[in-house]
This record gives sequence, C-alpha cells and structure tokens, in this order.
Amino acid sequence: MADTTLPLSSGGTTEPLQFHVAEEPHPPNGTLLGFWLYLMSDCLVFACLFAAYGVLGREYAGGPTGAQVLELPTVALNTTLLLLSSITYGFAVLEMQRNHQRPMMLWLTVTGLLGAGFVALELTEFAHLIEAGNGPQRSAFLSSFFTLVGTHGLHVTCGILWLIVLMVQVSHKGLIPANKRRLMCLSMFWHFLDVIWVGVFSFVYLMGVLP
Amino acid sequence: MSTHDEMHPDHGDEHGDIEEVHATLKGYLTGFVLAAGLTIIPFWLVMGGVFTKSGPADAFILLLAAVQIVVHAIYFLHMNTKSEGGWNLLALIFTLVLVVITLSGSVWIMFHLNDNMMPMTLQQARNLP
Amino acid sequence: MPTMSTPSELSTLIFGRLTLDQLPLHVPIVLGTFAAVAIGGIALLGAITYYRLWGYLWREWFTSIDHKKIGIMYIVLGLVMMLRGFADALMMRAQQAISFGHSLGYLPPEHYNQIFTAHGVIMIFFVAMPLITGIMNFVMPLQIGARDVAFPFLNNFSFWMTVSGAVLVMLSLFVGEFARTGWLAYPPLSDIVASPDAGVDYYIWALQIAGVGTLLSGINLLTTIIKMRAPGMTLMRMPIFTWTALCTNVLIVAAFPVLTAALALLALDRYVGTNFFTTILGGNAMMYVNLIWIWGHPEVYILILPCFGIYSEVTSTFCRKRLFGYASMVYATVVITVLSYLVWLHHFFTMGSGASVNSFFGITTMIISIPTGAKIFNWLFTMYRGRIKFEVPMLWTIGFMVTFVIGGMTGVLLAVPPADFSLHNSLFLIAHFHNVIIGGVVFGLFAGINYWFPKAFGFRLDPFWGKCSFWLWLVGFWVAFTPLYQLGLMGVTRRLSHFENPSLQVWFVIAAFGAFLILLGIVSMLIQFWVSFRRREALRDVTGDPWDGRTLEWSTSSPPPPYNFAFTPLIHGQEAWWEMKRHGYRRPVTGFVPLHMPKNTGAGIILAGLSLVFGFAMIWYMWPLAAISFVALLATAIGHTFNYQRDYNLPADEVARVEAARTALLDSHG
Repeated sequence: MADTTLPLSSGGTTEPLQFHVAEEPHPPNGTLLGFWLYLMSDCLVFACLFAAYGVLGREYAGGPTGAQVLELPTVALNTTLLLLSSITYGFAVLEMQRNHQRPMMLWLTVTGLLGAGFVALELTEFAHLIEAGNGPQRSAFLSSFFTLVGTHGLHVTCGILWLIVLMVQVSHKGLIPANKRRLMCLSMFWHFLDVIWVGVFSFVYLMGVLP
Repeated sequence: MSTHDEMHPDHGDEHGDIEEVHATLKGYLTGFVLAAGLTIIPFWLVMGGVFTKSGPADAFILLLAAVQIVVHAIYFLHMNTKSEGGWNLLALIFTLVLVVITLSGSVWIMFHLNDNMMPMTLQQARNLP
Repeated sequence: MPTMSTPSELSTLIFGRLTLDQLPLHVPIVLGTFAAVAIGGIALLGAITYYRLWGYLWREWFTSIDHKKIGIMYIVLGLVMMLRGFADALMMRAQQAISFGHSLGYLPPEHYNQIFTAHGVIMIFFVAMPLITGIMNFVMPLQIGARDVAFPFLNNFSFWMTVSGAVLVMLSLFVGEFARTGWLAYPPLSDIVASPDAGVDYYIWALQIAGVGTLLSGINLLTTIIKMRAPGMTLMRMPIFTWTALCTNVLIVAAFPVLTAALALLALDRYVGTNFFTTILGGNAMMYVNLIWIWGHPEVYILILPCFGIYSEVTSTFCRKRLFGYASMVYATVVITVLSYLVWLHHFFTMGSGASVNSFFGITTMIISIPTGAKIFNWLFTMYRGRIKFEVPMLWTIGFMVTFVIGGMTGVLLAVPPADFSLHNSLFLIAHFHNVIIGGVVFGLFAGINYWFPKAFGFRLDPFWGKCSFWLWLVGFWVAFTPLYQLGLMGVTRRLSHFENPSLQVWFVIAAFGAFLILLGIVSMLIQFWVSFRRREALRDVTGDPWDGRTLEWSTSSPPPPYNFAFTPLIHGQEAWWEMKRHGYRRPVTGFVPLHMPKNTGAGIILAGLSLVFGFAMIWYMWPLAAISFVALLATAIGHTFNYQRDYNLPADEVARVEAARTALLDSHG
C-alpha cells in the first residue's frame, strides 16, 4: 500500500512531525454501527432457521402438508399489519427529526398496537394448529415452521417491549440525543423484522402452499 | 466535547450520527408503495391460483422477495454507500453472502445426502433385481 | 437419570429433577476432586477475606469497565480453566495407557466419556476463547490509540457471561454429570432419548450463556476497531495484530449466531419435543452436523487468526525489522476470513453427500492453505537477515512455525476426501488438530502472554522458567502426538476407553509420557509467574518499552494509566511507535486536558449471575426458579437502560498528577 511508509524529514529542514493531538478528538459514536452489526448476526440466526426449514420443510412424516394447514388470508392480514407498522414507525422517526415529541409518541403507540395485533394473530394461528393436533412435535416440517415463525414473533414481542420502555424513557428525559439514538436503533430493529418477514411469507407461506 | 461519545454510547452531542440519517416522508412513502406492490403481487398470484407449477413460481416469488428486501434496505433502513463510512453496507453484503452460502450450501449438502443415503421404501426393496 | 427415591411434588416443583442422588457421593475420583476444589476454594476465599481484598476486587476488578483489566481477567479465566482442561487430558492419557486386555483402567466408560467431552468443550470455549478475547481486549485498543472499547459496559458484561458459562461446566463436575457426547454433542446421541440426564443440558446452557458474551464482545471489538482508531491510522496503517483482531471479530459476529441457532434447535428437541434432529417424524440428525460445522470451521480461524497477528508482532519486534509483506499479510488474512465459510463439509466427508459435494469442499479446503502458506513465508522473510533476539516470545514463534507447518500438511492430507474416508474419526485426526491448535493457538497465546506481560504489569516474565516451559511444551507435544499419528494410520479410532490389542499399548505409553512433559511445561509456567512476581524489582521495566517495540502500545507506560494515552496519538505510518522513536519524539509533560472516562458498574456481574441461575434452573427443570430468574434478568437489564450517567470527567489535574509521577520515575532511572 502506498501509505505504509513514512518519508523521513530530510535534513531536518521540514518542520517536526506532530505525534499527538493537543485537543481531544471527537471520534464518531459507535452505537448505530454496533447495533447494525448485532442485526447482521441476528440475520444469520434466521438464516439457520430458514436453512432448517429449507431442508426439513417437506418432511411431513404423514402429517399435514403446508397446503393443508397454512391459511393465506390470515398471513395476508398479518403482512399488512407489519408493513403498516413499518411505515408508522417511519412517521415517528420523521416527527423525531423535527423534535415533535407528542406526535412521535402517538405514531409509536400506533406502531406498538399494530405489532401487538400481528403477534396476537400469529398466536391465534398457532393455537389453532396446536388444537388440531398439528403442534411443533408433529413433524419436522411443523417443527421448523413453528420455530422459524415463532422466533420472528418473539423478536416482534421483544420489539414491542423495547418500544414501551423507550416511550417511558422519552417521556422522562425528552428527546435527548441518547434517546434519539435508541429510537434509531429500534427503528432499524423494527424494519429488520419486516425484512425477515418478507422472507418468511415468501419462503414459508407462499411457497409452502404451492402444489 | 471530548471523548464523550467514544466512551459512552448513550450520551452524545447534537451533531452525532443521528443527523447523518435523513429520513424523508417521500422516501418512506415510496418505500411503502413499492413494498405493498411487491407484497400484493405474489399473494395475488398464489391465492388467485395463477401458478400451476411450483418450479417457476418458486423462482418468481423468491425474486420478488429479493427485490422487496432491497426496497426495505434502501427506503426503510436507509442503506447507502455513505452511512458509517460504507461499513454498514459492507457488513450487509458480507452477511448476505454468508446467508446465501448457509442456505444454498445446507440445501445442496442435505439434498445430496438424502439422495444418497435415504433408506429404501418397501416398494424399492421389492423391485430390487 | 431415574431417581432412587420418589421425591415429593413440592420438592419436584422447587428442585425439578435435582435430587441428592445427583451428587456424586459414590464416585471416589470426583469426590476427591471435589474435596480438593472445596479446600482450595475455601483457602482462596479465606485468604481474600483475611487480607480484606473483597472491596478492592469488587471496585477495581469485578465492576471495572477498563478494557485492560477485563482483558487480564479473561486471561486469568483462560489459564485457570486450562488447568482443569489439562487435568482431563492427563486422565485420558493415563486411562488409555493402562486400559489394555484384562485391565479396564481406572475410569468407567461413562466417566471417561464425560472427561473427553469436558476436555474439548473447556479447551475450546473456556481456554482458547477467553485467552484470545483477553489478549485482543488488552492489546487492541492500545494499538489503535483508543481510550477504551466502544461499549465499555458491554465488555464487562461479556466477560461475566463467559465466566457464567465456565461456572456451569465446573458445576457439572459436582452436581449431576456432564455430557457424554463428544465436544459437539451430535444427535441422536445427544437427544433426549439417548441422553435423558442433565449432561447435555449443562452443555447447551453453558455454551449459550458464554456464547452471548462472545458475540457481544465480538460486536464491541469490531465497532472499536472501525470507529475508534487514532487520527491518521488508516486501515492499511493498522498493526497486523489489529488486522487479525478485526477479521477474527468479523468471524465471531458471523459464526456464533449459527452455533446459537444449532444449539437452540437441539434444546427445542430436548425440551419441547420438536423433531429437528430426531430419528423419527422427519427429523434429520445430519442437519445438526451440517449447522454446527458452519460455525465450527470459522471457529478454528477465530482461534488462529489473532495468533497469526501475535506471531507477526513478535517476529517483527525480535528480528528488529519491519514485517515483510505487510499488505500480503493483510490480504491473506482477509482471504482466509472469507474462505473459512466455504470449507465446513470437510468435517463430514464420510457422511455421504457424494462425490460432487465432497470434491467441492475438498478443493476449497486445499485452497485455504495457500494464504496460510503465504503468511509462513512472510515470517520467514522477516527473520531473514534480521538480528534475531531469542527471547521467550520469539522461541514460541519459531516453535510454532515448525510445528504448525507439519500440522498444516497433515491437514491437507485430510482434505483429500478419499484419504479422509480412512482417516476420519481416527487418532490421526486427533493428532492433526492438536498439532495445529497447540502448535498454532496455544504457542501463540503463550508468545503473546510473554510478550505483553510487561505492558500489563510493569515487569518482564522470568526468561529461564519461560524457556523451560517452552522446551518442555515443544518436546512434550511431539512425544505426545507423534504416536497418535502412527496409531491413526494403524486405524485406531478416537474416544475409546479400552483396547484389546496389546501391541498398541507402547504407543499410548509414549503419548502419556509426552503429556507428562507438557504437565512439567505447565508447572514451569506457573513457577515462571511466581518467580517473576518475586523478582519483579529485578525484572522491572520503567520505560514502558522493554522490547524496543514498534507499535503504539509500547509508547505508553507499563502498566498503562486508566486513560491509556494522555494525548490521543497522531499516526503517520504503519509502525507508529517506531516512527515516533526515529523522530526523537518527546513525551509531553504539560498542557493536559480533562478526559471523559466510563464509570464502573456492577450491572454486568449481576446480569451474568442471574443468567447463571436461569441456566442452572433450566438444566434441572426448576421451572419456578427459571421464571423468577428470567424476570429478574429482564428487569435488571431494563433497569440498567435507565442509567444515563455512565461516564465521568477525569480532571486535567489528575492526568497531570499521573503523568508527573511517570516523569519522575523515568528521570530517576536515567
């Protein structure tokens, strides 16, 4: 590389090199990057669950197939809820940028409710399956289905819990930089879950019901 | 300000990186419309029974999903080559490569394994020469 | 395990399946160990209490968020666990040396199986990983001119999570039993049907809890390298150890989630009754093997890459030359990082995926030896015409080069699928990976410990005992593992506790003798620490630069002040401290500014303690305790986020006082 060598000041004519900075420099904050790296690692957890579904998703073991148990209308509704919650979180971020705390909290509440609706609907779907004897123990297909979809649902639940905690913190401390940074982290988390859901509804539900 | 931020993730100044991300209403709405479209099309194709064979359908659904993920990344996650000095994007690309390796590698390996190692069915056993 | 007495419903609710029968009161070996550990533990705790050290330890170490102290604690953890892991190794060698024909040895098979499992798990997860993380933690921020890591609290938390995992493994020695499955716990042996007892659950929860720590530490160090390099330190000016730390942490962040996922699926199979890896209802145990090695192979490089970095720093310093081929070293490291994800199937060529799959992974495996070979040449060319000083770190480095090259070549042999079909699961494989892990990782860690010890404590390690340790290890290694190559070629498989063929015995006796030499090497190292501590005044280094080093960590005092550098360094070249010395850099003695420092916190140790309780409760099916500890864990974590005051201002006067003390010390030593 070009910059690996240092030209010696020839004959001492050039002024001496400075080897420290007198004022403390201000290195950029690492929280958002660190959180992004965490999301990347989470992405790989999901990759494994997708891989497990990809390998085991057709092992019905005499049990029901995807086409028999997956209900697309419910999934369509769920997808709508999650996509809407993504855009409402976006609106909250816009209000945050303008330092409008009250409308921001309102949008966050809407986001949380949409997320809660998503989780509730998913739990209902699970309950129906289990009642009909098609629980995760039934076959490798259902094991991988429940685990993949359930892990995503668990993430959404964590997101809602985080949202509540963050709303309490914002109402205590206001939109201070630390809270803004946290809101941006949660924003990434929330949109990331939407990205995962795109994979889930395409790979598990839509492809699962195809003949 | 001094090493404040460096030490302390939750305590920065007003000129921190938050301002780096400039979300706009237009961006969010564009993203939403595109995402909605890319969701409705595959749902309609499957629920409306347009597909009859699963092979091309699978490929098409996966293609739309991939496009939608890119849409989310650009409009909702504000991915670009500038944010965090490009490290965000680099991390994302590296992760996606690994996701592809993990998924396709696992499926490839396990498919070949099943092909080679699955026990015979009763039918196959009867038909042995 | 089925219990002998029927416990009441209440005790089942509270204690789950934990009963008095689970205590190994009828196994004399374990009982003896327990007595020794208990006496040692009580003596240690008594001494700490007697010398009134609890407050000091709590304030200065346990709650510290100083990366240097956390790094040292990681290394202490790794060395302590090494003693346990090595005790297991000695027991195995002793058993295999005597268990022939009519003699069944002294270990019953179920105990022997736990020992080889514990040996592997401990050596990888609780020796190599903490030592690697510890050295990265201590050295890397100093090398890039930072004051601490990006997330100091997270660093403390990560450390204590690793400790919690280690404590769980140690607990399994005395409460219940450990897994008998081998270090990767392959199903169906590890599923609930074949292993209904708590052993595999200990394994799962210990690794999951420690895994959280490892992952967070990876994210933390990665962010630190990306964000907190001193001004002027471009990527291609980073010291090579920092480069390898960067790549290793990339691997940690990208590989450990896979382990987490694979173990979580295994846990679901065991706890919920899902069918991922079962032999019924569509489950596929091979999928576990596939997933675990997607983590497992990068893990090997997580261990070796930082050691490559250590060797590079050591070679350059002790040959008094700039590292040969810096750029090629960087590219080789990056190439290894990426390629390490493309070779995982070579761990299970024999599983039956067929010719196409096997050839692909065989070829990628052979390709990965190219960048590694390039590195070896770089070190050789650095030594070429250098003025080599044979200090202890350099001895470890030379010992590494010889040993590792041979180990690498046996690896290339194993990479050939047809050869692997006859060598798979044999002692040849055992010899191979010990050859690269001991010859590569362990030697590197010892080189690093000897190299940076004066930086951490202000005095050098005694060279005589260091050299004793090195020669005993090197010779001991070859005496212990050459016979295993031979036995492997003769077709002896791994993990056997008894042999019928008496002609094999001589090899095992030689191997046991080698292990005994390694034991002497470890004892020498402990003596080295003790002697060095006693002779610390004679070995004192006041300059902060005992080896005439080249990178930034040698520019500050030994041990460095809490803030590392009074002024943030400005970097002009690749060997920052070398350039500074060449330009006659003079330490600034005035003009100090106040510095922002992170505050100590006890949250990390509390959270990790609660995780430990949660893990223990899950292992023994103590559902109420599990629920309570989980809620407490969540509440503490959320409570911690309400703490916005996590740093403080270190006044300029305080910096000036510390720096003045150093000036006085330097003056008094001329």
